[in-house]
Amino acid sequence: MAKLKSASELKKYRQDILAGRDPDRPCVTICLGTGCLACGGEQVHQAFIDEIARQGLEDRVDVRRTGCHGFCERGPLVVVFPREICYLKVTAADVPEIVAETLVHDRIVERLVYRGDDGKKVVHENQIPFYRHQSRVILGANRLIDPNRIEDYIALGGYSALAKSLFVMTPEEVLDEVKRSGLRGRGGAGFPTGKKWETTRDAHGETKYVVVNADEGDPGAYMNRSVLEGNPHSVIEGLIIGAYAIGARHGYVYVRQEYPLAVANLTVALEQARDLGLLGDNILGSDFCFDVAIHRGAGAFVSGESSALMAAIEGRVGEPRPKYVRTAVSGLWGKPTNLNNVETWANVPAIINRGAAWFGSIGTAGSKGTKIFSLVGKVRNTGLVEVPMGTTLRQIIYDIGGGISSGKEFKAVQTGGPSGGCLPAEHLDLPVDFEALDRAGSMMGSGGMIVMDADTCMVDTARYFIQFLSEESCGKCVPCREGLKRMLRILTGICAGRGRPGDIELLEELGEVMSEASLCALGTTAANPLLSTLRYFRGEYEAHIKEKRCPAGACKELIRYYIVPEKCQACLICARSCPAAAISGEKGQVHVIDQSKCTKCGVCLEVCPPRFAAVAKFSGKPVPAPVAAGTRIQGRK
Amino acid sequence: METIQLEIDGKKVEAERGTTLLQAARKAGVEIPTLCHDDRLAPFGACRLCLVEIDRGGRKRLVASCAYEVEDGLVVKTVTEKIVRIRRMIVELLLAEATTGPLEVLAGKYGLKGSRFKGDEPACFLCGLCVRYCAEVKKKDITCFIGRGIGREVAFPSDLARSACPLCRECLPLCPSGAWYSLYLKGYEGMPEETGPRQGA
Repeated sequence: MAKLKSASELKKYRQDILAGRDPDRPCVTICLGTGCLACGGEQVHQAFIDEIARQGLEDRVDVRRTGCHGFCERGPLVVVFPREICYLKVTAADVPEIVAETLVHDRIVERLVYRGDDGKKVVHENQIPFYRHQSRVILGANRLIDPNRIEDYIALGGYSALAKSLFVMTPEEVLDEVKRSGLRGRGGAGFPTGKKWETTRDAHGETKYVVVNADEGDPGAYMNRSVLEGNPHSVIEGLIIGAYAIGARHGYVYVRQEYPLAVANLTVALEQARDLGLLGDNILGSDFCFDVAIHRGAGAFVSGESSALMAAIEGRVGEPRPKYVRTAVSGLWGKPTNLNNVETWANVPAIINRGAAWFGSIGTAGSKGTKIFSLVGKVRNTGLVEVPMGTTLRQIIYDIGGGISSGKEFKAVQTGGPSGGCLPAEHLDLPVDFEALDRAGSMMGSGGMIVMDADTCMVDTARYFIQFLSEESCGKCVPCREGLKRMLRILTGICAGRGRPGDIELLEELGEVMSEASLCALGTTAANPLLSTLRYFRGEYEAHIKEKRCPAGACKELIRYYIVPEKCQACLICARSCPAAAISGEKGQVHVIDQSKCTKCGVCLEVCPPRFAAVAKFSGKPVPAPVAAGTRIQGRK
Repeated sequence: METIQLEIDGKKVEAERGTTLLQAARKAGVEIPTLCHDDRLAPFGACRLCLVEIDRGGRKRLVASCAYEVEDGLVVKTVTEKIVRIRRMIVELLLAEATTGPLEVLAGKYGLKGSRFKGDEPACFLCGLCVRYCAEVKKKDITCFIGRGIGREVAFPSDLARSACPLCRECLPLCPSGAWYSLYLKGYEGMPEETGPRQGA
């Protein structure tokens, strides 16, 4: 492929691609994001290739591999164009039927389409409630693009924002557009992107760098991975435009080693962009030269921190530095360096193409545009959700997420990853933007959202995040390292029933010092999971400490299982299922749990037939003494 | 070298541009506690004991004085209620790890009789003085940090590095926790007398 040497050559190239495509030609797209791959997406893809060949349809049907569509709960996802028929949880065994029915006879395979609670079937992907309530500015293109084919991206107008920037706008105008759009960093802190760019642009020095932060490490969060895997060119195009505005000639993508598919797709995308003259010397025939290298992270969460990330790229240990000078002024090798998150960069082409006013019309007063959240936990529709800023937690969790999966009561939603916090039901109508989440004691973070129900213990949740951070902190400064160590010990003690009066106050004291004195943002926010759960769920801490009771019934060392003698029907089901052989009993004899052998796995409670409901979970009160051995006769009704 | 003026604890102080708040304070006779600082080494900012409050146009924040460079007209307070509270907690956290000379002095200064945290055995503070002195002054890199988070420790990265140790023993007196000496000796266990460190060095 010859390099494109001007904006009009890019335009012509796009027209040629479109001219060679028949919009009415059937195309099967299979989601092959990491989530769907894990559910057997690759086998589904191969089955389509084989079946289409077997039926001799190769000349009439296209098959496209795409990145993540977002509805991961129901993967592997298959969408058949042009009618956009969406099939859910497709297996390789379903493929011959889809080919025969949908591709040959243009009929719908009813059993594979979405069915709502009201029993109504929804055929089209966009009409499924999960998608219908979203605004997919960034993620929307994923289902239309094979990330390994730059033509797919260009067919959708890809790289036209770059051409516009290079040939219609000055770097100052590009910068001004981004500033006026109100775009703020999607990586966590929400710093105004245009202002950051300007600082690097105005910083002293000839050599400058632009960097993509793809070190996404929050537990349960995978929106950056899905953008990089599914639409790598959107990030690359944003990065090139940013480099043009800032005056950088070199860029890096710092991506975690744990994202092999993102690395692979990004590598291919960079090669294809270079081949077309969209990267390298004299981009699109202009004077502007810029290229990008991939740096794979070695698996440290703390390397997402800007100065640690840059140390890692330089080949040093990924640890935050103590210097009080911003990386925008002195970053990589002491040169001005602009670091933005994957999602931030991916917003840039849309802003250039559609304008700052359009972008500013989405969202709230202080937070513009859309935000991608990874909605996980005890919610029915787990997946990636993109909504305008200001959408309420209730809309996200209930309208899009479909509510609580267990059918139990909503208890809290954890936002912002390990640095964020847990918000209770009273905040469900909170409009989600940077300020509102901050005020409520949590944060936007990079967009993780973990939904918790009545069975989730908030002390244990805090303990989990504190443990995560104690392992992922760099361990350099005393407040963060020693503070987390002590916090973890105290929280582990509370969960195990060893909590003492004064623990809560000591935790608060520790949390305060960590927030005030730590070296980097990991440490200053590390106490948030603790402080926010204390703020909203202090009663749960007190119950653990004073009554040795876990209100959620989740902390193993504070619960006991007990078979209620009056209810037990001596059916032996629980006794046979108990993996610890802790249940004694025989036909006609009330079953008894030996508390010294019980591992609190809860299997007995699960298997006891609901019509008997003889197994009870106790917390905070002693288990009644077992019925004397000689009087265990069960009088079956 | 350009001289600038700032205020530390109410005193007008002159300092050279490019120096740190800690240097300026010490020159002016204002004592700021530190455990990980050494004038010969680059600022590390790990112990956080040297935090001070700076005031720029009414905006106050805490910074590590060992790493923050002096600015013209800056108003600095080295002791506030908050700072004392932070230093007390840091000393208390470290007291659970070890009770050595410098820490005992600090414990006395902040009125600490012991720690509410229980320690296991005398442990390294991870101030990195030994590691950084070897790397920055001796240019040897015989030791390094390994692991991260609460699993971080000081260790010999390899036998090769250890065998390259010039046995200058200059790192030994730098250690504020006393943990380095035993680790150092352990690192040379079984080595011939003439190549190992002298006892009681």
